[in-house]
Amino acid sequence: MGNVILDVTDLHIEFHDHDKPETVVEDFDLMLEEGEIVGIVGESGSGKSMSALAIAGLLKRHALTKQGRIMFDGADLLTCDRQKLRSYQGDEISMIFQEPMTSLNPVKKIGWQVEESLRIHHREIDKKERKRRAIEMMEAVGLREPERVYNMYPHELSGGMRQRVMIAAAMIGEPRILIADEPTTALDVTIQAQIVELLRKMNREKGTAIIFISHDLSLIRQLCKRVIVMQKGNIVETGDVENVFRRPQMLYTRKLIAAIPQIDLS
Amino acid sequence: MKKFLSLFKKNKATGQRNTFLLLGTILTGIILLMVIVGVFYTPYSPTKMDASAKLQGISLKHIMGTDNMGRDVFSRVLYGSRITLIIATFTILIGAGVGTVIGALAGYFGGMFGEVTMRIIDAMLAFPSILLSLVFVSLFGTGTYQVAVALGISFVPSFARIVRGEFLRCRNMDYVEVARLQGVSNIRIIFVHILPNTVGVLLSSVMIGFNNAVLAEAGLSFLGIGAQPPYASLGKMLSDAQGYLFSRPSYVISIGLVIVLMVLGFSFLGEGIKRIQ
Repeated sequence: MGNVILDVTDLHIEFHDHDKPETVVEDFDLMLEEGEIVGIVGESGSGKSMSALAIAGLLKRHALTKQGRIMFDGADLLTCDRQKLRSYQGDEISMIFQEPMTSLNPVKKIGWQVEESLRIHHREIDKKERKRRAIEMMEAVGLREPERVYNMYPHELSGGMRQRVMIAAAMIGEPRILIADEPTTALDVTIQAQIVELLRKMNREKGTAIIFISHDLSLIRQLCKRVIVMQKGNIVETGDVENVFRRPQMLYTRKLIAAIPQIDLS
Repeated sequence: MKKFLSLFKKNKATGQRNTFLLLGTILTGIILLMVIVGVFYTPYSPTKMDASAKLQGISLKHIMGTDNMGRDVFSRVLYGSRITLIIATFTILIGAGVGTVIGALAGYFGGMFGEVTMRIIDAMLAFPSILLSLVFVSLFGTGTYQVAVALGISFVPSFARIVRGEFLRCRNMDYVEVARLQGVSNIRIIFVHILPNTVGVLLSSVMIGFNNAVLAEAGLSFLGIGAQPPYASLGKMLSDAQGYLFSRPSYVISIGLVIVLMVLGFSFLGEGIKRIQ
């Protein structure tokens, strides 16, 4: 058992933008150990992304209520003040999004964007060192000719390359937790496998704990040890990936497993 | 530089030339050249009167003729376009600068703050900008810089609206979310992450605004506010010349033509910049 670095208990999220309050996440619990990869799986609207946004401290502050606790580094991310939250964001907790095409600022150079969180959290690092680290990180995420890519703009890169850039930007501060919100959904299958492999490599080499969110159970099975299955804002099943796969307890999980396309070659 | 020059060549993909950019650059270049030359050299003193040479027509000696006090119109145009240009530049600097900040804050933060700010801006927009600047001129007094400040303030609302619209469009983009997640402060997101994305729109509205500033200044000078005699901006000279519209049409027309060229040059430039993107 490693150290628990993130402890989410009884997370409730409720929207108020319609007449009736709408519960999107209910009784969400998650314990994340150092260097662990946890998968969250569920259909669209099951609350998996909302939970992740809450952990990342990205929930908008109006029109919703949040309850519960998200303990990280001795602070409750749900209630701590903005300053404190900001000091974690990008440095200790990073996130990559689903859509690599729009996640990069179209008018800024790739290198600049990779460096941004260093610029924010580590002012003491000078320009040269920043560039060195950015190039090193870009090489680590498998971008060829990082020196050249450093001076390119997002529109010159393919979707897979952009997602690598996003990972480089998220990992440059060597965060303790990386939240990957469907990072491969917008990519084609071969690139998907490469990105998953890359995340595994980052986890192995840097010891970053990863929360991997997906609706694709086969990806989760490849990457994670532990899985949380969500439906309509509730956790319906949780446990070791192989156990959940072999002996799914809930009908919903069985349905999800049955939905994995099988290739029958015979 | 090479990249800059290639903007004027025919686009290989579409086979089209950015004519607006080309014409705009040429016309603006001519005006700027006139202004710069006017700093160092004018054929005659712009203020020296010559009672024996009143209201002369176009000749080799006076290429735009002389005015009702015998001053060389061309020399006065060289001098006056500098004043006009200075006023227009300051107007845009104030209007676009303040307008951008207000629009950016209102667009990014939105909510109650954004609504209240924009309603105040709307109230300012409800007045014609000439009228608004007249009010400010009566507060600040007359003079070149006072007029620039007054015009600048009356230009704030339109820039605030444009920039707010752009920020509303950009603030929910994924890359803004990413920046927020990296722990970037709101101020830095506004000015470093989002603002560069609005430059395209901002730049062409600056060009249009520049035109309006030239025209508004001419309008104010026409009413006798602005640069004080014996110096004159283009608008003031036009208002002086209107009394001789029939007895000496070349006087009015030559000054009017310079204003037209200036405005045309900047609007072509604005249109050309818009088409680059």
